[in-house]
Amino acid sequence: MFPGMSSTHETTVKQFIADVGADRTRLLDVALAVQKRYGHISNEAVATMASGFGLHAVEVEDTLSFYAFLDRTPRGQFRIRLSQTPISLMKGAAMIARAFEASLGIAMGETTPDGKFTLEWTNDIGMADQEPAALINNAVLTNLPEAEIPGIIANLRQRPDGEDPFPLKSSVQPSLIQTGPLLAAQFAPGDAIRAALAITPDQVIDEITRSQLRGRGGAGFPTGMKWRFTRKSAGEHHYVVCNADEGEPGTFKDRMLLTDFPDLVFDGMVVAGYALGARQGIVYLRGEYTYLWDSLQANLKARRENGLLGASIWGRAGFDFDIRIQLGAGAYICGEESSLLESLEGKRGAPRDRPPFPTEHGYLHQPTAIDNVETLACAARIMVNGAAWFSGIGTRESTGSKLLSVAGDCTRPGVYDLPFGMTINDLLDLVGAPDAAFVQYSGPSGQAVAPKDFGRQIAYEDLSTGGSTMIFNADRDVLDIARQCMDFFVSESCGWCTPCRVGTTLLKQGMEKIVAGRATHADIQALESMANTVSRMSRCGLGQMAPNPVLTTMRDFPERYEACMRSELFMPTTSLNDALREAVSIQGREPAEANA
Amino acid sequence: MDQTSSFPRAETTASVPKPIRFVVDGTIVEAEPGQSVLQACDDAGIYIPRLCYHPDLAPAGNCRVCTCKINGRNSAACVTPAVHGMAVENDTPQLTADRRTLIEMLFVEGIHPCPYCVASGDCELQALGYRLGMVAPTETYQWQPRTMDATHPDITLDHDRCILCSRCIRASRMEDGKTIFAFSGRGIEMHLNVDADGGLGATQMAAIDKAASVCPVACIVIKRDSYKIPDGRRRFDTMPIGADIEARRAKP
Repeated sequence: MFPGMSSTHETTVKQFIADVGADRTRLLDVALAVQKRYGHISNEAVATMASGFGLHAVEVEDTLSFYAFLDRTPRGQFRIRLSQTPISLMKGAAMIARAFEASLGIAMGETTPDGKFTLEWTNDIGMADQEPAALINNAVLTNLPEAEIPGIIANLRQRPDGEDPFPLKSSVQPSLIQTGPLLAAQFAPGDAIRAALAITPDQVIDEITRSQLRGRGGAGFPTGMKWRFTRKSAGEHHYVVCNADEGEPGTFKDRMLLTDFPDLVFDGMVVAGYALGARQGIVYLRGEYTYLWDSLQANLKARRENGLLGASIWGRAGFDFDIRIQLGAGAYICGEESSLLESLEGKRGAPRDRPPFPTEHGYLHQPTAIDNVETLACAARIMVNGAAWFSGIGTRESTGSKLLSVAGDCTRPGVYDLPFGMTINDLLDLVGAPDAAFVQYSGPSGQAVAPKDFGRQIAYEDLSTGGSTMIFNADRDVLDIARQCMDFFVSESCGWCTPCRVGTTLLKQGMEKIVAGRATHADIQALESMANTVSRMSRCGLGQMAPNPVLTTMRDFPERYEACMRSELFMPTTSLNDALREAVSIQGREPAEANA
Repeated sequence: MDQTSSFPRAETTASVPKPIRFVVDGTIVEAEPGQSVLQACDDAGIYIPRLCYHPDLAPAGNCRVCTCKINGRNSAACVTPAVHGMAVENDTPQLTADRRTLIEMLFVEGIHPCPYCVASGDCELQALGYRLGMVAPTETYQWQPRTMDATHPDITLDHDRCILCSRCIRASRMEDGKTIFAFSGRGIEMHLNVDADGGLGATQMAAIDKAASVCPVACIVIKRDSYKIPDGRRRFDTMPIGADIEARRAKP
């Protein structure tokens, strides 16, 4: 099913290693190349990688086993992944899954006997405005009609083995619904670079600082300050990293930016490179967005040809800066900046303890500024329009506009470029969601916002957000959504620290008991206590925020918990009948007093 | 397991004051530049409960038991550099409760049958459970599918007991120069992995390796070495964990 696995195998893997100069920090690139070529990473490939990189096999395995998109056992030639999120399920992902199962004759998680197809669930793939969607190898098919699935399968089935090009084209639709301050004006490649080069690097940082730009990934750290720290930190090299590991379920605005406004983002990176004194920028692009690879590379190539990237940018002698793209391989945690750095260095994406901060010891222990895609786009716009223009938009503590990814129960899902300071009510009117019952705001790691808070502002000082905005009407159960959010954190916890590794699983189980209507008052109290411990004791932002689905629904939807609560002092998690199910199936008979 | 050398004595510092001074629960602690909060507190005879930390190994911050409130923020003391003027809360009811919950998590994540475990009385997990006031596991046992690796002639590796503290990983890599161990997988499915398909017996692991002596529980156990010290007379049977550190504290 895959090209020759034996004698050429070792030669090929060795070539992949040679392609990255046997640089251990590029292990992920080699792993992805092997995965793409052979459909999995065999024991022989691991051994070849270990010797080629001067590592122990157990270290290679440590990295490989971390990433959801890397396999150690053969899987189907065509990998069909459906995203399993509250939004995708609402839009019919379960029906699409059944249609794929019927067409292929296998269940989710299985591979067809001929080794052609593997069908499985994955977490959010960044298509919340176009669900149900499927990721087939690297192609993204969106707004999938159930009726088309047999045709898709038939098309793939008749492909000769391993033939390029891939028969499917991505069908991602434009996502920008409402343009605004960040995106409305024309922008030509190099506009921001030219503006930046007219002033000194320190003045660039001053300008960014005056604009009061804050990180758009959700944490809201002042960008000018981050750039200042990075510039001032001593190091052999300085690095600019663009965090395009957009993994928060419900968000897709970075995908939109990289699709429709890559020049704004790349210009922003070059401006940051100039301000920091960096020679290299890296875009960490989530594996789910591999379909963007060709267009982004084409853009970078054109920039090099036009003097907007490479040596002596814009004719400025001594200003050399280039950008490479690092693909991720299916790990939400890599959006956390220190995990991202570990992944960039070819390791498992486990977060680092801070201090030291990346601004001092980042990529390869060098000073590194890691900025969200949208933050860099803002920086480019500020260079052109000026700090005063930017800080004149929004609120006192939240300047500029925010890209919101809106999906769920609304008539106009998509990306909205809106000045900070709007209320949730304003937003709901705009997107066509008159009967919203609650909003999962800033993703699973954010909060479930109840109608009583719809008058609050979208701003760092009130309701802070990374952009994910999932809207639910009264037909949806806020507790069930919270349970699904916990499922997400269980599958994305990196495992490094105890509270997140074990705690997310315990919280998920606690929510399951509640949703099943088997939780007592004591169970709910214990769950709240556990959630707070996980939040206080976890090592990084993922674990610290993972309990939010539980804690914010307990705070704002207590009536839902009361409605599910049992009055008994104690209820076992499993009913006696369920506990006996295995024994019943072995014995082939029900207990004498069934349903006792 | 012989872990009598786990906690080296504090160096006698004579009367030369150290350059860094900070406050832990109202007590002034001195530190040398480069010391972590935990190391400085150890020297000063203030015990911060910890599990994955080992004095001979670089800290890794896995277990989070040594989390203290430092300048108002929770941080693991083993990986937080001591800084002049910092305010550390260590012995508070909240932190004790949170640390106890972490211990309870580890008890239900793996399988830890204290009454018949070879490490009982010499187990840091068990000893911390006692010290932090754990009465019984209150969380749901996870019963994860894990294996026992008895392929090595001198060492057993019981994955059911593993608490993913990474001590053996660090010791093998840094002290033994062997890299026998690493993690595999992620999240709740993360587990300890060895550098050979054939199990521990197919690796270069030796019973005299540092990695064989740093396990805080009964995951890595030297064969034919158990029960030399009878139950009731082991390390933590005679005094609570941390008492050796607290004994260093200068009497007022």
